[in-house]
Amino acid sequence: MNLFTLNIALAIAWAALTGSFTLSGLAVGFGIGSGALYLAKPLFPGSDRYFLRVWRWIKLITLFLYELVVSSIQVVWDVLTPTQLSKPGIIAMPLDAKGEMEVLLVTNLISLTPGTLSLDVNEASDTLYIHAMFADDPDAIRKQLKEGMERWVIEAME
Amino acid sequence: MIGEIALSVVVLLGGFFCFVAGLGVLRLPDVLVRMHASTKAGTLGSGLILIAVAFLFADLATVTRAVLTIVFLLITAPVAAHMIGRAAFRSGVPTWNTKIEDGVEENLRRR
Repeated sequence: MNLFTLNIALAIAWAALTGSFTLSGLAVGFGIGSGALYLAKPLFPGSDRYFLRVWRWIKLITLFLYELVVSSIQVVWDVLTPTQLSKPGIIAMPLDAKGEMEVLLVTNLISLTPGTLSLDVNEASDTLYIHAMFADDPDAIRKQLKEGMERWVIEAME
Repeated sequence: MIGEIALSVVVLLGGFFCFVAGLGVLRLPDVLVRMHASTKAGTLGSGLILIAVAFLFADLATVTRAVLTIVFLLITAPVAAHMIGRAAFRSGVPTWNTKIEDGVEENLRRR
């Protein structure tokens, strides 16, 4: 049984014991379960990776929500102000993400982050075509996506 | 009481984002730029409304449905935008002032 299953089991046990089968009850149970498992770390060889992954998923989700808010405000600004600021462009970005799940996550998250929209992936799944709202400097966009979203996804999935 | 006011603000904010998303579809210059408005602001707006509803009712049935709806929105909205954008590009809908990088156009047009 891997640690994630164990952690879920602990969350359900917590919810059952406190009698609060709500989402927040389960979330609290998951948090406390993680803490307990963290304390019992020496018992589970290789569990460092699990905690690293949990941490990276939390990081990915938090940063993603932040980017979604930023991008929406950007869109709102561009729609409500009378001038069209955008200088759209279509750029190609080589992908380091391997496997369908990673590529899917990267493309979906890129579509929801500021100024970029995934248009297509080539057949070999190694190049992504992106429509950017502000494409003055394609290299800067590529660099930002590579060091941001794509790296976070690869870290969380590996 | 304070909670209710805060949640009302969240609902209104969500409505505002949805409204702007719709306005953006009307106002922005071409299909691809419009997809930006409908995916990002639309997702955030519906997400905010669903979160507020989940907190307001706070029972298991509502919360699970709200969370699932948000998850499905996050999965489907970008995919829909991707398909619409690509289909528009391939069928030759004119783009507004768009700079296309070398070699990208023929790759996007391939079947």
